[in-house]
Amino acid sequence: MTATILAATQRPAQRRWLPLAAIWLALIAAPFWLPLLGGYTALAGKVLVFGLAAMGLNLLLGFTGVLSFGHAAYFGLGAYGAGLMLKYVTDSTLLGVLAGTLLGGFAGMLFGLLIVRRRGVYFAMCTIAFGQIFYYIAYSWNDFTGGFDGLRGFHREPIGFGPLTFDIADGTKFYYFALVVFAIAVGLIGLILKSPFGRTLRAIRENERRARFLGIPVERHIWLSFSISCFFTALAGTLYALLNNFADPLTLHYSLSGYFVIMVVMGGMRAFWGPLLGAAVFVVLQDYISSMTVNWMSFIGLIFMLVVLFFPRGLLGMLRRRSAG
Amino acid sequence: MAKFNASIGRRTLIKAGVALGASQVVTAPFIIGARGEESVKIGLVDPLTGVLSALAQSEVDGAKYAEAEINKKGGILGRQVELLVEDSANDVGTGVQKTRKLIDRDNVSVILGDVNSGIAYAMSQVTNEKKVFHIVPGGHTDPITGTDCKWNVFRVCNTTSMDTAAITPELVKRFGKKWFFITPDYAYGHSLQDGFIKALTKLGGTYEGDYLPINNQDFSATLIKAKAYAPNVLLNNMGGLTQINCMKQFIQFGMQKDMALGGALYELETVKAVQPEAQAGWWDMEWWWDQPKVPEVVKFVGEYRAATKKTPSARDWFGYVAMHSVRLAAEKAKSLEGPKLASAMEDMELPPEVALQPGKVRYRAGDHELMPNIFVGQCHPPKGNPDNVFSVEVMIPGEQAAGSVAETGCKMVRPS
Amino acid sequence: MIELILFNLTNGLIIGAFYVLMALGLSLILNLSNVINFAHGNFLALGGYLAFMLAPVTGYWGALLISPLLAAAIGVVLERLMIHRVYGRDPVYSLLLTFGLAFVMQDAARWYWGPNPLQIDMPDVLKASLSSSLFFITWYRVFMVAIVVATVVGLFAFLRYTRVGLRIRAGTLDLETVAALGVNVKLLRTFNFGLGCLLAGLSGVLATGQLGLNPNMGDDLLMPSFIAIIVGGVGSLAGTLFGGLLIGVAAAVTAAVYPAGSEVVIFVILLLVMLIRPRGLMGEEGMLS
Repeated sequence: MTATILAATQRPAQRRWLPLAAIWLALIAAPFWLPLLGGYTALAGKVLVFGLAAMGLNLLLGFTGVLSFGHAAYFGLGAYGAGLMLKYVTDSTLLGVLAGTLLGGFAGMLFGLLIVRRRGVYFAMCTIAFGQIFYYIAYSWNDFTGGFDGLRGFHREPIGFGPLTFDIADGTKFYYFALVVFAIAVGLIGLILKSPFGRTLRAIRENERRARFLGIPVERHIWLSFSISCFFTALAGTLYALLNNFADPLTLHYSLSGYFVIMVVMGGMRAFWGPLLGAAVFVVLQDYISSMTVNWMSFIGLIFMLVVLFFPRGLLGMLRRRSAG
Repeated sequence: MAKFNASIGRRTLIKAGVALGASQVVTAPFIIGARGEESVKIGLVDPLTGVLSALAQSEVDGAKYAEAEINKKGGILGRQVELLVEDSANDVGTGVQKTRKLIDRDNVSVILGDVNSGIAYAMSQVTNEKKVFHIVPGGHTDPITGTDCKWNVFRVCNTTSMDTAAITPELVKRFGKKWFFITPDYAYGHSLQDGFIKALTKLGGTYEGDYLPINNQDFSATLIKAKAYAPNVLLNNMGGLTQINCMKQFIQFGMQKDMALGGALYELETVKAVQPEAQAGWWDMEWWWDQPKVPEVVKFVGEYRAATKKTPSARDWFGYVAMHSVRLAAEKAKSLEGPKLASAMEDMELPPEVALQPGKVRYRAGDHELMPNIFVGQCHPPKGNPDNVFSVEVMIPGEQAAGSVAETGCKMVRPS
Repeated sequence: MIELILFNLTNGLIIGAFYVLMALGLSLILNLSNVINFAHGNFLALGGYLAFMLAPVTGYWGALLISPLLAAAIGVVLERLMIHRVYGRDPVYSLLLTFGLAFVMQDAARWYWGPNPLQIDMPDVLKASLSSSLFFITWYRVFMVAIVVATVVGLFAFLRYTRVGLRIRAGTLDLETVAALGVNVKLLRTFNFGLGCLLAGLSGVLATGQLGLNPNMGDDLLMPSFIAIIVGGVGSLAGTLFGGLLIGVAAAVTAAVYPAGSEVVIFVILLLVMLIRPRGLMGEEGMLS
């Protein structure tokens, strides 16, 4: 474990810069090379959105070592927050994004306070149950949220003002908008992880008891990590609402939470870019398999099981072991 | 602990998997491309998994049957038709994604779908933006051809206003004007109850009712209330499985001795799945297979049974009509462009072998809603044939039940 | 008025009894093996489907007896095949595994038995209603409660008075010591898992009589089971029992007063419990925390 961390930080500067450049290049050029492989721009958008959500979750799961199986709640709150804002209050896309992010983030902060003393399986159960509360609210409160049929009646508004307006109604333009938001968010996550706070989180992950003996206020750190991850996942949710011009209760359901977790695990929990890779693989696979067969659920379920049983470290986790060992 | 020698095995597994996946993905567009020159592609998005799957599957069956029929007779505009079916999984995000996939990647000319009205609406936003012709075979909420009507969207199945207005006079005539509603608390339920109330109050009726959660399983509390109110008719507006459970519990408590049972839709797929006691009540069928006086229907049903080994339901008919409507519109417009198909479809009357019922069946220009007959009748345990579970009492012309275009709230905005 | 209240209470206990059966099975597996069995709803459906297959051959009573056992057997096989591999690992893996299993089981059920709802033929004696003037209760509901009561009593007696039961209870508190005392922990966990699936399968057969059979039927019952466990207190079977009854009664009473809210009310209770007594009403501090 320590060997891997040391190896990662001591890699020569060139080797660290190259994969990063490759990732960004691939993301920027996605609308061009993806259709050649049988994909389409909306798919790339979904990968970005889910990748961001998963990276937000990974802050908690992979770097703090705490499992939340209810993160879709904050994703969905982000989506509904943005949608409600755009439908009832304002025409500004950016305000909608802000509103959704804050809604999901604050809900996470409040909820985190309630369960921060719990751990392990019980913590996970509570996150699931809590997520479902928001699901039920969304689908019961017909007049406000559109209920079971979802929230409609809003769409992406152009950003900016006067001569600087950028219209994101078009799919490709929206992809680049999302990419910019993604880049900023990912940069922030990276900064957080590099900071002393981030290192403390890793310490908590490695050995909670020892961290406590070192005088680290563990509960507070976990709560902060939980809250921050909720903000990022909620941000991803706002982008999802804009991607679809729709928000619906299933974005709050625990099955989506499960998808986020599998993306993180499949890509590699302890790697920074793991969740994005996991999201890319999962979204593309799901899109592809569900077009091929009606029994796609079995395949998705099998993927879950295979990852857990045979590839628990995820794709990047395995690559790492190879380079370090 | 699993003694699985992981390192070599897993790596090979991954490499093989990636190679296989890549080969599929890389060759796929080339395969599609090769056929793309020739065929007319129609995309159908329906919830093939999830609670609506039985209904969705029937729609797909009807559409596939029509695809074969159309291709046998030369296709559309001289080109073969290719129906691409995608699963929306009863999830809006997936439905929208698949719609984009069908339009952007597969270059379909027409989109059909979805059974789930929320998804149908979200899809219509995409098809409208991309100016693609869109037919909703079986998604019922009123706004799709009402307040949210769009120039490129047409619908085969009825609005809830039509279904409720059709059956209300019959129920009032037979049983009386004091009604009790059991309604699911979401948009579709609300629009059903509102439709019934409007039709009932026009005839001077009175009512009471309960809104229940969509997945409610226990109806005893509300049935007690109903019994206390002593209505002439109990309206079961619940959908899917909850509708069945409500019927079951109604019969279990012996309430059929005190009041009649009715509602809007009780679909054939659902009826066949319940016990004989629950095959009761007065309902609308949006199309019914047993029309001995209409030769086209007899022929159609016979051929459909031979090909698919099942009797067609209204859902099968929706899929069938949707496909043929595309063919007819394309032939009239001599084009597959969205705006041209849309204007060809307005006021288009379906020929008897597609309408499969008496009377004039056409897509009303003002709101793009199809105006078929509504088959009002009584459900009963099978008589002879296991599909013979419904006896048509009266057929109400759709246009009579629908009210005017103005009443639907549709203000059609033409494409620029 | 009093009659109405009485009726709704009774109804609530009937609904609650059903939740209890589901939740107890889930709780057993959770307590001993620290695994949240997401596929529990699917074992419920499986129990129903097995009964559907058996009923023409063995009759209703035979199906009622045999299908839970079959469901338990299938559970044991799955446990041996894969679930035991995730014991002791980070909980993320057991959640993902059972989650994936749930997907596969649901799709398999849909593929094999079709998406259309199915029925089991019940003996006529059960279909009759007890009294339709005052209490809307059919004999079937009474029967269901009787079975649940019998099963719960049997379960608690088993845990209290048999050796295996004692080991399970001890294992819930401290599995390491139990292993050190020479008990075959692997076998114990497998048995425990099977027991949980037995309860799920039994719930399924009972549910089928009430609700009919379809591939998604377990989904709606999974969340109330979770909530029953959390509200009652994780680690306490008595708590699960109490939690299940509580949310059943709450749902029924709400159905009479404000029907549209009868689903949300159990979440409201969850929130209240989390705020006021986070370890659950009968939970012990330190249990799985």
